[in-house]
Amino acid sequence: MIITNTETVPGRTINRFFGVVSGSTVRTKHIGRDLMAGIKNIFGGELRGYTELLQESRSDALERMIQEAESLGANAVVNVRFSTSSVAQGAAELFAYGTAVQLDQGP
Amino acid sequence: MDPAIVQPLMELGPPLVLLVAAYFTGRYIEVQHYRDIRRREIRWRNLAAVTFRQVPKAWSVEEATLVTGSVVISVDHFKRFLAGLRMIFGGRVRSYESLLDRARREALLRLKEAAAERGCSAIMNVRLETSRMASSRRKGKATAGVEVLAFGTGLRLRRSAA
Repeated sequence: MIITNTETVPGRTINRFFGVVSGSTVRTKHIGRDLMAGIKNIFGGELRGYTELLQESRSDALERMIQEAESLGANAVVNVRFSTSSVAQGAAELFAYGTAVQLDQGP
Repeated sequence: MDPAIVQPLMELGPPLVLLVAAYFTGRYIEVQHYRDIRRREIRWRNLAAVTFRQVPKAWSVEEATLVTGSVVISVDHFKRFLAGLRMIFGGRVRSYESLLDRARREALLRLKEAAAERGCSAIMNVRLETSRMASSRRKGKATAGVEVLAFGTGLRLRRSAA
């Protein structure tokens, strides 16, 4: 599966379009991480726990999007975008979407 | 000692100590971070990250793949206090500007590092997204930090004969 955030895949041509595919996940951090973040909030610096959490969630959302594309018979997803929205206190939705397409056989 | 002097001191003391401690640690962390950012920026200077949506004609692409880099950074207590003061008079909030600058540069560097790990030598259509992370305490009004996500299409280029 080829994933890009451009409209085409460089060097390949698109044969078929399958439409929009998406994947999302809603996550919240556990108390321990929140506590650590509280301390970091006083002294500054990177909130590593949050960085990791968001990275994991985002790749989860991507994974779900890829699954949907695979079930349609696509071999690539182009023009992928991400969006983050906080649905509640301390919880966030990570959303990935793109266009599932079928590419010709590569060179 | 006169309790009329001691009591305000007892009340003002801890927040003041916290503010001073936050000033020094926050400053130290920022200086260290900037030093690290500059060092890595020099290291990755040759990996081109561009915002073009089309591949430049001179590039011969072998493989394309999505790459991302992200970071969540928190502002320190002292800077938050300064920003609070700023809100009375209005104007530039320098303390937050440097926070966002650090976050963006760090996210871009992580993007480049992720691309290099996959053998890419250029990234096109780079996009930056910023979002605020709310803390679950103080009814979500307290800011836990800002997240910056950098993403783009990593390209593995063919070595041209020219």
